[in-house]
Amino acid sequence: MAKTLEDKQYLIRFNCDKKSHLEVLNHDLCATDCPDKACTLFCPGEVYKWEGDRMFVGYEGCHECGSCRIGCPHENIKWEYPKGGHGVVFRLA
Amino acid sequence: MSEKFDVIVVGAGPAGTSCAYTAAQNGLKVLLIERGEYPGAKNVMGGILYRKQLEEIIPEFWKEAPIERPVVEQRFWFLDKESMVTTSYKGLDWGKEPFNNFTVLRAKFDKWFAEKAVEQGALLINETVVTECLVEDGKVIGVKTDRPDGDVYADVVVLADGVNSLLGKQLGFHKEWKPNEVALTVMEVLKIQKKVINERFNIKDDQGVSVEIFGDATQGILGTGFLYTNKDSVNIGVGTTLSGMVKKKLKPYELLERLKDHPMIQPYIEGAETQEYLAHLIPEGGYHAIPKLVGDGVLVVGDAAQFVNAIHREGSNMAMASGKMAAETIIEAKEIGDYSERTLDSYRTTIYDSFIGKDLKKYKEAAHTFEENPQYFQEYIPLMNEAMHTFFSVDGTPKREKQKKIMAKMTAGRGKLGLAKDMYKAWKAVK
Ligand SMILES: Cc1cc2nc3c(=O)[nH]c(=O)nc-3n(C[C@H](O)[C@H](O)[C@H](O)COP(=O)(O)OP(=O)(O)OC[C@H]3O[C@@H](n4cnc5c(N)ncnc54)[C@H](O)[C@@H]3O)c2cc1C
Ligand code: SF4
Ligand code: SF4
Repeated sequence: MAKTLEDKQYLIRFNCDKKSHLEVLNHDLCATDCPDKACTLFCPGEVYKWEGDRMFVGYEGCHECGSCRIGCPHENIKWEYPKGGHGVVFRLA
Repeated sequence: MSEKFDVIVVGAGPAGTSCAYTAAQNGLKVLLIERGEYPGAKNVMGGILYRKQLEEIIPEFWKEAPIERPVVEQRFWFLDKESMVTTSYKGLDWGKEPFNNFTVLRAKFDKWFAEKAVEQGALLINETVVTECLVEDGKVIGVKTDRPDGDVYADVVVLADGVNSLLGKQLGFHKEWKPNEVALTVMEVLKIQKKVINERFNIKDDQGVSVEIFGDATQGILGTGFLYTNKDSVNIGVGTTLSGMVKKKLKPYELLERLKDHPMIQPYIEGAETQEYLAHLIPEGGYHAIPKLVGDGVLVVGDAAQFVNAIHREGSNMAMASGKMAAETIIEAKEIGDYSERTLDSYRTTIYDSFIGKDLKKYKEAAHTFEENPQYFQEYIPLMNEAMHTFFSVDGTPKREKQKKIMAKMTAGRGKLGLAKDMYKAWKAVK
């Protein structure tokens, strides 16, 4: 049974686009006004990682759930759907 | 794509497909647009599909739909750390036609359902995102897609784009959902041999069990877990309001791991192999969060309209019913050739008069009550477990004394009046 998130993410098919469908608008805001960095906690794909002074966005592992758009306290994330046919693909089995 | 359609439906989930199916069946020219590789590729649910609403669209669908098992037993588990209080109902007639509900796997089910709409004459286009509604003089006249030359026109556009309805927001039908109006839920599909599932859940090949899990599953915050049996896998998941998750700084996948490791749950899934891990939001804002449903040339259905009854895990059925109602309204509008908000408004009144509006109204304070009063999840479930433990442990204490002790414990925190008030509040919230 998959235990770690890494193992779980590995089981999913992501048909990644070259371009990110997620964008953190203002990294300074994350640094100064968001002590908890909420998006790094609740995101089910651990797409957001705070690296020193910037938010790293691993959009390739995004489930497109929409939580970060709604849960970011500063509306600091530009959230779009990946291009048609791209992004997460849940399986038929 | 320069031709014009009667109806463009955005999103091939249960809501959009029902709408497309019904409209096409009645001779309308329908375009169904889906952003996934196939319908269902983006879609997630615990897996309980109620029979009634789909039967009204496709009679006896269970004879050919890819269903997993008809559910014959519904269990409710109130977890504490190392114990649980359980209740359940098992009815063997639920295992016979016409059944009560089924477990399904969404990717399979949605794909099948959309194919049925295509058989009725709807045109399905996958791998295409609708990026905005085309609006002229305040009237929706079509959609813009991310395809080259991707504008398409129709008399009516139906927004069936799910909980992340960017289109409803674009039209100003609703503002962004608040974190307490959505539940973030993660789940896994765990492969287990059919024989082993049957033994562990005490069922036969063609019988299924649903388990709703409260209490320790969500560390005391508003939310639930579930465990549903498929043919040769189980779906296990857990979710809480996004606001709860933020407040408690929880990681959803850690919550799920905790549930899987819980000593009461673990024996059911031991030795299983994870097939898939999925995450999705459930719109749980209820009655107060329902957005504007109708505009000139546009209707909103399903999750995009917040049609989910969290207490009864109903969502896909409401999606289907609303999709069908939308189609019926459009069929009438076509007869008189008028697609204005005034004419289409009968969809709104139909919704509010149906079980959807009535049930959402009935539970309109429920989520709110439980979120504002965490004692239900944090205190009463452990207390319930303790009470049972005390009452059923034979240690020489007379039963009357035990009952007294239990009552004293129950009221210690909030006082007798507080307890009574809480019970009354809970009753009012769900009555
Ligand atoms: C974990 C979980 C457990 C659940 N358990 C149950 C349950 O047991 N029983 C139950 O009845 N309900 C359950 N639900 C609720 C149920 O899944 C939803 O209510 C139901 O799927 C709503 O259907 P819908 O068609 O409105 O939306 P969706 O199923 O979300 O479909 C929306 C569709 O639109 C597409 N789309 C979105 N935007 C665009 C765009 N711009 N362009 C093109 N395509 C687009 C999406 O790809 C998707 O296919 C659960 C939900 C979750 C998340
Ligand atoms: S939640 Fe929003 S503001 Fe906070 S760290 Fe993430 S992106 Fe930045
Ligand atoms: S949409 Fe969901 S999965 Fe994707 S980055 Fe946001 S929170 Fe993470």
